[in-house]
Amino acid sequence: MINLAGRDILQSWGKYAFTGIGLGLLIGVTLSMAGIYRGMVDDAKALINNSGADLWVVQRDTLGPYAEPSSLRDDVWRSLQGMSGVAETGNATYLTMQVQRAGQDIRVMVVGVDVTAPDKPGAPAYLVAGRAITRSHYEAVADIKTGFSLGDSVRIRRHHYQVVGLTQRMVSASGDPMIFIPIKDAQEAQYLKDNDTILNERARTTANPAFNRPGVPGLLDAIIAGQSANRNVNAVLLRVMPGLEAEQVAQDIRRWKRLQVYTRAQMEEILVAKLTATAAKQIGLFLVILAVVSAAIVSFIIYTMTLGKIREIAVLKLIGARNFTIAGMILQESLGLGLVGFIVGKSVATLWAPYFPKFVLLQTGDTLRGFLAVMLVCTLASVVAIRAALRVDPATAIGG
Amino acid sequence: MSEVQNAHPEAILIEGLSKRYGKGDAAVDALKNVDMRVAPGEVIGLIGPSGSGKSTLLKCLGAVIEPTAGRMSIGGETIFDSATGGWKNSDLRALRRDRIGFVFQAPYLIPFLNATDNVALLPMLAGRSNSQSRQRALELLQALDIAHRANAMVSQLSGGEQQRISIARALANQPPVILADEPTAPLDGERALNVMRILRQMAVQYRTAIIVVTHDEKIIPTFRRIYRIRDGQTYEEQGQQ
Repeated sequence: MINLAGRDILQSWGKYAFTGIGLGLLIGVTLSMAGIYRGMVDDAKALINNSGADLWVVQRDTLGPYAEPSSLRDDVWRSLQGMSGVAETGNATYLTMQVQRAGQDIRVMVVGVDVTAPDKPGAPAYLVAGRAITRSHYEAVADIKTGFSLGDSVRIRRHHYQVVGLTQRMVSASGDPMIFIPIKDAQEAQYLKDNDTILNERARTTANPAFNRPGVPGLLDAIIAGQSANRNVNAVLLRVMPGLEAEQVAQDIRRWKRLQVYTRAQMEEILVAKLTATAAKQIGLFLVILAVVSAAIVSFIIYTMTLGKIREIAVLKLIGARNFTIAGMILQESLGLGLVGFIVGKSVATLWAPYFPKFVLLQTGDTLRGFLAVMLVCTLASVVAIRAALRVDPATAIGG
Repeated sequence: MSEVQNAHPEAILIEGLSKRYGKGDAAVDALKNVDMRVAPGEVIGLIGPSGSGKSTLLKCLGAVIEPTAGRMSIGGETIFDSATGGWKNSDLRALRRDRIGFVFQAPYLIPFLNATDNVALLPMLAGRSNSQSRQRALELLQALDIAHRANAMVSQLSGGEQQRISIARALANQPPVILADEPTAPLDGERALNVMRILRQMAVQYRTAIIVVTHDEKIIPTFRRIYRIRDGQTYEEQGQQ
């Protein structure tokens, strides 16, 4: 038996190809939206995985340090280091801000890390160029997505930092590339007040008789020094000893130190389920709308193509073609259109993914699910056209 | 079960055929007690003004609409008898495919198939193999002197060529009957007469009875026998040939 759908497609391949390309662009947008969501989740996981930590110790009753503000004294790590099962500790601060590169603003997450040893939790997991931070001040390691090169200078607040190393896939949960600087500098940058405010506070403190006691020399200086220095960090990242359960160590810290501790799984839950929840719903709804629009467009195209063949369908019915043959022709054309659209969609989504400012992750599983969804949508979309075709009265082929 | 009428049956036998559209006061009798006999190999004309019932008769005989009363036989086989429950074959598509050929006013070929496949489609629909069907199609194209256009697409064929392909398609399953609905309407005089010559030749060659519905004054003189239809009733006349 002749493949009627195949012959029809070959006959009007130009129209078919252009329709497929149009549909493909729509499918490409749909796949990209799914990729954007996957990228968000992957960014969140990368943030957790690349930190090299097993536990996050944060301020009590907070979801810090990424989902909520958290503040801990910077010497808390000492008491944690002494606890059973803790292999390594590292202070960390996180500050999202704008920095300038070649006159252009870039949104980055400035991460303060303990640089006393190269493999402290929180430090960049791996470098693609340069070296790790070795000095306590004014050196930085930047993610290549920032656009900085080795030797570049980046201004953060009042100070300039020299980029000594480049890293990769070190991004915040919202996809901003990271710049790592020594913890002391980060603490200063995080709580730095402007000069007028510092002068004003000094004047107020000096004018306060409770702080400026003639009989207590050095009190005023100590208070002023305390006001301008920051002794807080956002979290202490821990690595547990090999073979130990992170949750067990976390329970001990919660019990004895009265601090909030999150394991990797809990932190992933916070980042993926809570931090990206609204964005996921937004993208999910957008995906549904795109799927409905795609279905409507495929339906319309297939319906229009079928209406264009009504006379031929009437003749086919008159000369004895079965409904199955006619429905099969329409269904095959619809699925063929979906296949062309999907190939185009997948290709364009892959081609334009690197140009998105945020990471777009096109997973094979999503591609397969997308393909099945497109085929399902095309099958459903052909139903309207098949109904129209099967309703055609063969008598219309005969005049009168 | 089919009902064979006699040893040398008419290709088409219609007795007391009526068709009523609508009910009650709105009822219209499109056909009233029509009788018709066409012998194998005979080409007859069915002539009448618009609205006289020509197309209704063609649709009834083409198993597209159901008559209200009467009896119809094709090739000696009763296909419809209102006295015994209507259609004798529950699969009217198969009946149309295997027993009736159609030629339309416009050729209505399938535009995305070439000439051969347009003809071969019918045997294929009847379950014959692709090679058998194409062989049959080529034989018919040869008989109709259009084999040189076998691979041409419909859009590459002239109107006359398309009409010849549609005649070949009608003959593809060797039906005892061909119903031709104004097959010469879009053609000029010479081409119209040529189509009639081909139809007559095919009728003789394949022992096929052909009913040609027409308004075309040019071809009316070519019929030996004519059925005039007026207000749903037929009147038999001898033609000029």
